[in-house]
Amino acid sequence: MRALPKPLVLAGFMTMLFLYVPVIILIGLSFNASAMGVTWKGFSIQWYEKLLADPSIMDATINSLIIAVLSTFFSLLLGLGLAIGMEKWRKGHASWMNILILLPLVIPEILMGVALLMVFVFLQVPLGFGSIVIGHMVFNLPLTVVILRARLRKFDPIWEDAARDLGASSWNVLTHITVPMLRPAIVGAALLSFTVSLDDFVVTFFVAGPGSTTLPLKVFSMIKTGLTPEVNALSAIMVVVSMACVGLSWLFQSQAYSFSIKHDSSS
Amino acid sequence: MSSILVLKDVVKTHGQVVAVNHVSLTIERGEFFSILGPSGSGKSTLLRVIAGLDIPDSGTITIQERIVNADPPHARPVNMVFQQYALFPHMTVFDNIAFGLKMQRQTQPCIRAAVEEMATLVRLEGKLQRFPEQLSGGEQQRVALGRALVNRPVVLLLDEPLAALDQQLRQDMQAELKHIQEEVNTTFVCVTHQQDEALLVSDRIGVMAAGKLLQVGTPQEIYEQPVSSTVAKFIGLSNSFSGMITRTKSGICWIEQEHFPLMMARCPKGLVAGPVFVVVRPEHIHISVDQPCNDYENTLSAVVHDVAYHGHEVFYYFCLANDSIWTARVPRAEVPTPSLVVGQSLFLQWAAHEGFALSD
Repeated sequence: MRALPKPLVLAGFMTMLFLYVPVIILIGLSFNASAMGVTWKGFSIQWYEKLLADPSIMDATINSLIIAVLSTFFSLLLGLGLAIGMEKWRKGHASWMNILILLPLVIPEILMGVALLMVFVFLQVPLGFGSIVIGHMVFNLPLTVVILRARLRKFDPIWEDAARDLGASSWNVLTHITVPMLRPAIVGAALLSFTVSLDDFVVTFFVAGPGSTTLPLKVFSMIKTGLTPEVNALSAIMVVVSMACVGLSWLFQSQAYSFSIKHDSSS
Repeated sequence: MSSILVLKDVVKTHGQVVAVNHVSLTIERGEFFSILGPSGSGKSTLLRVIAGLDIPDSGTITIQERIVNADPPHARPVNMVFQQYALFPHMTVFDNIAFGLKMQRQTQPCIRAAVEEMATLVRLEGKLQRFPEQLSGGEQQRVALGRALVNRPVVLLLDEPLAALDQQLRQDMQAELKHIQEEVNTTFVCVTHQQDEALLVSDRIGVMAAGKLLQVGTPQEIYEQPVSSTVAKFIGLSNSFSGMITRTKSGICWIEQEHFPLMMARCPKGLVAGPVFVVVRPEHIHISVDQPCNDYENTLSAVVHDVAYHGHEVFYYFCLANDSIWTARVPRAEVPTPSLVVGQSLFLQWAAHEGFALSD
């Protein structure tokens, strides 16, 4: 490959800097000994120690994890069925389904949050874990379906034919052929859903109730009383965990079996 | 002896296209039966209908005297070797071969023994822990074969089993396929568009074109007594011309063609007059360089158009008076000397019984 022109390399570098400088500064300051924010007074991990000692933060972390796991699980369950169904009956109603399933991803989150709150109040659903899990599924489900369908498109129906011919019932085809072959996409979708759920603020803000404070909500309430280094430390942890999840998700999706079945034009 | 597989008036349409058009066929136990036809002739669809992967529009499929129309694929005593093998990429060779037995809920020791026995038959010992993508084309082919055969199907269906292999490997596998079929003594129904492959390995052949089964017979019958010009053209190279029968006598007819002298050829019973299509196989064309020889009833003048050297034999292409190109196939030892040159005029001859007339 030809070497890129220097100005382009510089532009690319600047873009990355633009994206990551805030995150780097945040992580850096979380190790600052100073309690006053932006002036460097030496290296310290005291804020992390303080963080771990704070029971309300631990509660919020556990809440966040429970909600992320549940919304991921139910999104996968529904998403798998939906993705397989849409791929199998692609010629039928799948095209408008395709648009409808993606819509929640582009609807402004604040609208979605308000709308969900209205629905829950109208249906008298108590606000709390349940409402947050359902709220998160509104964006996790489309995400899961998009990722699974991308993988399913490379899935050759001849494998299902072969399995059925070898004695597999529809259920066996699903459990022995379809799901194992989708595994990289399933793991990838799960990690991504998990991350998005863990980081969500807007929808959670609207549909959360007492006793269901998640980490992003906790961060928000902490900065209302001022920017403390503790928030920096908490944010730094969340950034690292999220990036690790997204990285793993990407890794799983790119890991693939060879799908190199050629099709000849014979009857 | 009862027939193992009987198709009766089977029709299958894909939208507007009639893929299988009223096909009736009886296959006997232990037979190696080939369905031969060009691409798009509906032969693969016919195989899928037998396997239960496609549901026929009408007609019945009987396997071992049981009508299986309503049975799903996993309930039919047949297994299929798919064209591109369709090996499961996330399973080892062992798991691929064991898949059918696992579905039957056989015990682990049973499965292991059966898979290992099958691996010996299809020569895959020592490769059981590999994944399909780590195997060569020929090995993948044998996994597909083993994966189907390990279930001891009543009928094994093979969809273009050798099409994805290169020439040399294909010839080896042809022999091996025949050998395995004799070893397991199972009925094989094989779809192919390679006529040499079908002629070599089959006990009987069914020729299919445009969804219809045109002729069923032994390789010899198909080659020497094709029932129609379509069959004749598809089975082996042939030279042909259209003409009119003027008279017939004891299985021989006389044919008029505007560019040729009066020709004589074999003619089927019942064909007495009207337009016919005459076929002469390339190996029956005799070349006379100087003057026609009296041993043959038919003589045509021709001009050498091209020569193709194939090692053990030589193909000559000739241009005839009606501008058609005919082929002669001459064994290495019988090549005329001095060598024929392009543009040279000479005579092509064949005996009356070496050509045959067909009614279309």
